[in-house]
Order: sequence, then C-alpha cells, then structure tokens
Amino acid sequence: MCLAIPGQIIVIEKEGDFLFAEVDFSGVTKRVNLLFTPEAELGDYVIVHVGFALSILSEQRALSTLSLLQGDEA
Amino acid sequence: MKYVDEFRSADRVRETVRALDALTTRPWTIMEVCGGQTYAIVKFGLQELLPKKIRLIHGPGCPVCVTPAHIIDHALSIAESGAILCSFGDMLRVPGSSSSLLSAKAKGASVHIVHSPLDALEIARENPSRQVVFLAIGFETTAPANAVSVFQAKKEGIENFSMLCSHVLVPPALEFLVHSPDNEVQAFLAPGHVCTITGESEYRLLCERHSLPIAITGFEPLDILQGIYFCVQMLERGCPDVVNQYSRSVCLEGNQVALSMLDDVFEVRDALWRGIGTIEASGLFLRREYAEFNAEERFPFTSKCSCKEQGCISGEILQGRKRPSECPMFNRQCTPEQPLGAPMVSNEGACAAYYHYCIR
Amino acid sequence: MTCPVEVEEKTVITLSHGSGGRQTSQLIEQVFLPAFGNQVIQTLHDGALLDMNCGQLAFTTDSYVVQPLFFPGGDIGKLAVTGTVNDLAMCGARPQYLSCGFIIEEGFLLRDLKRIVESMREAAIKSSVEIVTGDTKVVERQSQEPNIFINTSGIGRFLCKEPINARSIREGDAIVLSGDVGRHAMAIMAERSGLSFPEGLESDCAPLFAMVEALLEAEIELHCLRDATRGGVATALVELSEQSGMNFSLFEEKISVSAPVKSACEVLGLDPLHAANEGCFLAFIPQDRAECAQAVLRQFSTGKEACVIGQVSGRSSSPRALMHNSLGTQRYLYKLSGDQLPRIC
Repeated sequence: MCLAIPGQIIVIEKEGDFLFAEVDFSGVTKRVNLLFTPEAELGDYVIVHVGFALSILSEQRALSTLSLLQGDEA
Repeated sequence: MKYVDEFRSADRVRETVRALDALTTRPWTIMEVCGGQTYAIVKFGLQELLPKKIRLIHGPGCPVCVTPAHIIDHALSIAESGAILCSFGDMLRVPGSSSSLLSAKAKGASVHIVHSPLDALEIARENPSRQVVFLAIGFETTAPANAVSVFQAKKEGIENFSMLCSHVLVPPALEFLVHSPDNEVQAFLAPGHVCTITGESEYRLLCERHSLPIAITGFEPLDILQGIYFCVQMLERGCPDVVNQYSRSVCLEGNQVALSMLDDVFEVRDALWRGIGTIEASGLFLRREYAEFNAEERFPFTSKCSCKEQGCISGEILQGRKRPSECPMFNRQCTPEQPLGAPMVSNEGACAAYYHYCIR
Repeated sequence: MTCPVEVEEKTVITLSHGSGGRQTSQLIEQVFLPAFGNQVIQTLHDGALLDMNCGQLAFTTDSYVVQPLFFPGGDIGKLAVTGTVNDLAMCGARPQYLSCGFIIEEGFLLRDLKRIVESMREAAIKSSVEIVTGDTKVVERQSQEPNIFINTSGIGRFLCKEPINARSIREGDAIVLSGDVGRHAMAIMAERSGLSFPEGLESDCAPLFAMVEALLEAEIELHCLRDATRGGVATALVELSEQSGMNFSLFEEKISVSAPVKSACEVLGLDPLHAANEGCFLAFIPQDRAECAQAVLRQFSTGKEACVIGQVSGRSSSPRALMHNSLGTQRYLYKLSGDQLPRIC
C-alpha cells in the first residue's frame, strides 16, 4: 500500500521548521522532509514515501538479507 | 549498494525458489497483506515461481480499496462547493457511490493531485482566500506524514486548511480476518513499510494470540520470496514466530518520532472498511484538539450512499476469500474503464492487477 | 487608424485577431508568414496548390493539446510539426507539406505565440517540410490560463512497394524498437511532480523519417511501423497485436530505459512502458534482417539505443502481447486508458 523508494541523501538543509534533504534516486532528485529521520546524514540511503524519509537503510542488514539462503537454510 | 536491483537479481531469485521447492512438503495458505506486495507479485509474475503447494492469497492492504464510498462522496461535495480539493493521484479514479474525483475535475471542480501532504498545505498558504481540503488516506505508513500537515497548519494558524481523513490500521484487520469462521490463512506476509513505522510489537502479539507465523516483508521480488520462505519454514517446523525479513528498514521499536506524531494528532476508533464492514479499533481519527482542521466538521455532509455496491464483491476479494477471476462481474460489467468497485481501479487492487497482467 | 501588432511583453491575442479582418491579416503577416515563409503560403489563398509528381500519397492529421505548453526539449509547436511528420513517416511516406490550424483562447500572450510559431519553423526545417496553408481562430477563454490548440495535417509521398500497416505484420517478424523510452513523459511530469534531473532530461521529440529512409535504403522490408506516443510502447504493441490478430513475444531486458527515467517512474509509481514518447518507434521486419536494421538505426543519434525487443509468435483469435522478464516469468501487456496518474500506494 505504500510506494516507498530508496534514495541517497546528497544535501541537507534547514528551512523553516523542518530539515530537508536533496535525495538522489539514480539520476533524479527530490526534496525530502527529514522530520522522521533527524539523525540522517549525508550519504545515507533513506526510504522515501510521500515526500518524507521514513527510515535510514542499513547496508549491513541489506547485505545480510542478500546472503540469506545462499547454500544453507537461513 | 543501491537497494533496488540487488533485490531483483535473477540469480538470487532462482536460488530462493530452489530453496523454497526443497523446503515445501505440504500445502500451505499464506496471505500477503499489502497492496504493494500484490502489485509486485503480479507484475514480476512471482506466483508462477512458487511451488504448487503454496497458495498465496491477497489481503486488504490497499487503502484506496478500503476507503469508504461516503468519504469519496464527501470529497466530491467539497470539490463541487468551490473549495480546492487536494488528493494523492491514487484516489482520483475511484468511484464513490456515483462519481469520481476525476469526473468532477473534468467538470471544472478544483481537484489538485499532490505528491506530499505538505504540498496541500502549501496550496493553502498560496490561496488564503479559498478553502483547501486535503483528502488524507493511508495506513500507518502514510498517516504520520498526513498528520504533519494538520500539525503544521495548527502551529502556523493556516485557517483555510482542513483534512478529510480515512486512515486504517493493519493489525486490527488481521485480527478480524483470523477470527472469521472461514479463515484459511495460515501465515502472513506483513507489510514492510507499515512496520517501518510501527515496529514489530503488534505482530508479535498477533502471533502469540493465534500461533500465526508472520514474516515482515519488503517489496522487491527477493524480499517477497524470502518472506514466503520464512513463513513456510515456520509452518513446516510448527514454530510460529515473527521474522523480520525487511530488517534493512524495519526495527523492533519502529519509528518513534512518527509514532509520536500519530499519537499527537490522531486517536483510534472503530472504522468502516469499504466492502468489509466495521472493524473494531481499526481507524485513526483527528483528535478534538484538531477539530477546527477536520473537514468533516467544517463541511457538513449527509451521505446518501446505500453502501451496497451493485454486484461488487470487493469484500470477498480483500479478505482473500475469492480471487478476482471468480467474480461473475470480472472483465464483464466490471473493467478498469467502468469499475464497479475500488479494487478494479486502484493500481495495487487485486482485480486491476489480475485484469491487466495475468496469464489466463 | 492602424492597430499595430507589437511584440511587447503583455500584448495578448484578442477575439478580433480571429475575426478575419484587419487584425487577423496583421497577425498573419507579422507572426505566421515570417516563420513559415514559402512561395505557396505567400499566395495567401484559401488553399495551397501543390505539385506532387507521384503515385500514392499518405495523408494524416493530428491535434495537439499538450500541457504544459513549454517543456524541457520542446513545446506544443515542435510537437505539432514533429508529431504529424512522424505519422507520415510511420506510413512509409516522405513528409512534404503541412497545414496548421490554431485555436487560441483570448488573452493568450503574443510572445508565447511567437515562440511556438518559431519552434514550428525550426521543426519544419529539421524535417524538410513546408507549412503551406493554415487557419487561425480566437475563442473566448474557458480556462484560468489562456490556452492554445494546434491541428496539423500532413501529406507525404509513399515510398514503399507494399502498404505499411498492422495487417502486413507476418508470423516470425522481428520487432525492433528504435530508442529508449519514457523521456518525453518524464520531461513533462518532472517539474510538476517536484523532481529534478541534475544531468537534465529533455523530451525525445525528434523527426523519425531519416531513420525510416535509412531502413528503406538498406532494402529492409518494412511490414509495419508505429511510433510509441501516448500510452507508451505497451499500448502501441497491444493495439498492433489486436489489429494484426497476432501474438507478440517480448523481452523486457531488451527495452532500453535510462536510469534517471527508470528512477523517476519508480518514484512516481509509473510504468515506463506506458510512458509517452515522441521520438521512438516500433518496426516489424523480416527476422533475417533484424540485426541489420538494428545496426542501421544505431548510426543515428536518435537511434543509439535501438534494439530487437521481440518477435511475432503467431496468429490467434484473442491476440496478446506477452512480456518475458529476467526472472523467467511472463505477464500480458495492456493498453493504458486515460493518462497515468502518479501514485503513493
């Protein structure tokens, strides 16, 4: 139900009450509100839904997910 | 790591399918809850890859599909009154009891598509002499962002802004399904983006209460196949638990800032799910403190909707009791151009997905 | 008393510009003729007299109502010329002459009209066509922002031995796509959707005849051509499948989508296969000429991404276009009805 796409933070700036990020999705960028991920840093990948970052993606956990079921059972 | 193509890798998908084939010894029925998962399964043809013993059924996780017709009728009446009605694109083609927002727009009503709730707020700032109403729909993933718009409107005193809400919650819907006497679901793929906000706790409770295996699952082909794998593994072993397949985004306690925003702006009450009926404690409604921004109060409306939709069995589809192809109206009186109900219109509705993509 | 049509910032088109009187003449003389200047149109007669020493003519018409009027890589004027020129190319004809009819809402800025007409002039030169006759009407404003609608009709000389249409598609034909998809739709949608392309993204709007001519010169038999405009490649394929009564088998990995377009579609929840293009076409040709066709098209800057994307698999009473993906599964393609709307679910 929730179209949310991963993108990388390339700029962070404050505007009014909010912290915004310029997020790059492989060559297209969008301004994203960081209210729900205040600890996000430049270079982080975030999941973006309706113009808000909902979580900071963990590369370590992503790699771990990719290697699940390789060879043996998880 | 870009977090997309890696999870669509044909090699990894094939590996997972092989493991699933080796693992599955008995027939199992698994429900994937989220419309986004339905969309991905049908678009990537994942059902074709599953062992024949696994029956995958589609659940009610499509907020567009479950938004009550009277909310759409109310939105229409607001748009036709001269206010600016802002909505996500998903809702525009969904029929209310007689018409849709897209039809109203064609007839001259001010209906604006927005990509974010803050866009609607900006439209209100730019048009101080007009009423601006945001049609806010969604599950727990979208509700926090929607909440921000009304939170900010109150903070800044943007008096011409108000919100018409239809927010629903996933765990009460699963509870409802599981209590149904003809429930056949043995395990759930829980929606990964909802859980990104809420965390795992409510799903742990569900699992403990009903001995139900639950895999919190992402949306790429590898995610969905892994989620199914974990469900089957737990079923084969008889060890129900909650497994977090989408751990790169979901953590145990969820997003506390988002949950705090939800709690500030909304309260939980019983809610009507289109096609299904009222589900206890399953909806989020604006608190009294935000009453002045509640479009339901600002724009009084009496629904003329009979709530009986001619021939549409969306409730059966959304609860996984029937497949779209089993509906007598499917691809006859009901098509995306002339939908009888929401699941044929929504991009992630099971009926639309079957209509467009499926091998018959 | 004269009423000079001056090019000032705020000069607008009024109802009297379309009434056929003095102001209409001034509009023609000062805006249209300088742009479209050729011997035929200079005669300013009710119709154009043309010398066409040839057998069959292709004749097409289209109307252009695009919003926004101006977008990265073009505008409604460029589209109005290029679109009709491309329809002629898709018939296997060399485009030669165009008419253009304008319906302009009063209040439309003269400077915008000039800009659009200039685009049409440039597009006509690029496509080697002449605009030889036209008409202008001015109507009362219906929308908040005054709008313009353009109709262009075109004639071209048919160059092939056999008709080029869906009924000429044969079992076993290769299906070639001349370029990457989705750029036009994303160039249009990006700004109003809050997306930016740091490397820039422009509409792929471009004339296609040169590529068609090159295929003919390489003696490649063209059974059918179709540009993948509104509704995208998927809609064009499904329509052709239905019109020809043939099943198509297609391979998703062969369809080129640039990374920024792919990402923009993902962010907006849109399907690149349903995204409109204005500079890319499908060609149905004998299978044994497929590689050659691909090579011919790739010589053009607009054909760098040309690829054989599938095959005509056979006749059917309920023909479908079947897409195979990299996971080894298949789905049917479907026609888009209405425009794609961005989604959040």
